[in-house]
Amino acid sequence: MEVKIKVENLNFYYGPTQALFEVDMEIPACQVTALIGPSGCGKSTFLRTLNRMNDIIENTRQQGRVIIDGRDIYKNGIDVVGLRKTVGMVFQKSNPFPKSIFENVCYGPRIHGTRDRQVLAEIAENSLVRANLWDEVKDRLEASALALSGGQQQRLCIARALAINPDIILMDEPASALDPRSTAKVEDLIGELRKKYTIVIVTHNMQQAARVSDFTGFFYEGRLIEFGRTQKIFTQPDQKQTENYITGRFG
Amino acid sequence: MIFPGPVKDKLIKYCFLGAASTSILIVLLIFGFLGKEAVPFLREPGLGKLLDSRWVPVSFVQERFGLLPLVTGSLVVTMLATLIAIPFGVCGAIYIAEIAGSWEREIFKPFIELLAGIPSVVIGFFGLIVLGPIVKEVFGLSSGLTALTGALLLALMSIPTIITISEDAIKSVPRSYKEASLAMGATRMQTIIKVIVPAALSGIIAAVMLGMGRVIGETMAVLMCTGNAPMVTLSPVEPVYTMTAVIASEMGEVAFGSEHYRALFWVGLVLLFATFIINYIAQKVLHTYQQR
Repeated sequence: MEVKIKVENLNFYYGPTQALFEVDMEIPACQVTALIGPSGCGKSTFLRTLNRMNDIIENTRQQGRVIIDGRDIYKNGIDVVGLRKTVGMVFQKSNPFPKSIFENVCYGPRIHGTRDRQVLAEIAENSLVRANLWDEVKDRLEASALALSGGQQQRLCIARALAINPDIILMDEPASALDPRSTAKVEDLIGELRKKYTIVIVTHNMQQAARVSDFTGFFYEGRLIEFGRTQKIFTQPDQKQTENYITGRFG
Repeated sequence: MIFPGPVKDKLIKYCFLGAASTSILIVLLIFGFLGKEAVPFLREPGLGKLLDSRWVPVSFVQERFGLLPLVTGSLVVTMLATLIAIPFGVCGAIYIAEIAGSWEREIFKPFIELLAGIPSVVIGFFGLIVLGPIVKEVFGLSSGLTALTGALLLALMSIPTIITISEDAIKSVPRSYKEASLAMGATRMQTIIKVIVPAALSGIIAAVMLGMGRVIGETMAVLMCTGNAPMVTLSPVEPVYTMTAVIASEMGEVAFGSEHYRALFWVGLVLLFATFIINYIAQKVLHTYQQR
């Protein structure tokens, strides 16, 4: 299986506090990889190292390598803008801009230089279709994104991420603030997106990890305890800690 | 216990109501007082006198009480000051809120607060001695005391207001907007211009309006530095006489109850009305942006 993201010996620090310890991981292309673990275990921090979103937090540093498509994204001179075009992100709390639905989806293409209204309209439609939102909003693209329901907002954020045509989509607990029906829709969507995109999803919800992912990584106290096929992790994990967490004995 | 529970509750409620109503009462009182002193002017010499184009309150030939030169004076100074203050105030706020490091912020903030705290008479003094001669040199004028001189000083005074309130507005833009924008590969500047500033726009407009409110009501600096010549002009490099300056300089020596005295109250009314309009527009603008 093709490796999309290769993480080698990654350490990460918030000021003097070390948040990640010697993480090694090979994330396969066009699969869904779930990151699970108790709060504060470093899974979100890890996710944010994959598109360098931790750069915007003051006083952070990292050691080790994150290699995407054969290039170390922490090497000097790497183009962070280009990196983030390749690696899209969806956040825990849906965060559409206070603009119209259309403007939200077109934000990415616009900042990357697309001006043609016709092209933008096509991108918007494509992205909304792929995010399973088109039918619900096609008649009101000029309406404020904030008027959508929570679940629709989250799918809009996914559409917005898809609009810049990334290879990889990072999702930080994308369904944790949604009701069960909206969650199901987002999970279905993840299932469809895996055909074309490499997806890395952080989740608190173990059933969700089991449902949507092909591979699972279990983090505990900043270390990657175990990584492997989801089926194996959930049925016969190698590590005692993984088993304890999965079976609900802690966390 | 002197009063039973419910009565005490009511009493306390009315105390708070009274405190909250004070501002309404004061505004009404001021209006009433201004009106009372101004109204007799309508009968003698009549409202038409105020529409004159000249302000000559003391004359052996004919006294004239045209408000036009005073209104244009205030207008020129206020507009000019606001136009000068907006780029400095808004860009300064953006820098402090979004770009500056924490140590830079610790240098900027106290100085901005210091600027806000300088008494206007001191700023006027600075204008008179330093800025006036510079304006005179640069524009080759016979006197440096012009609308521009006053506007520069007023801009200086309104910048801290604009910076402080805009900065709050910018800082209260949810961090998630910024993250969403950056995560899509936007640069910091794109994020600021396309996401953060639009999201904070209502607050920024309110900040500008409040700055304008301070400018239009400011008296001492304009009295000292705008030349106080009642001319109808929209040129920035002519001396002007603002409404505030007229009241401040003439009210002290006017004969009580004279036409001149009553005309000054009309100036006050117009000034009050202008500030109301600014506030009203500010509220309207705020409201429309909040609804989007």
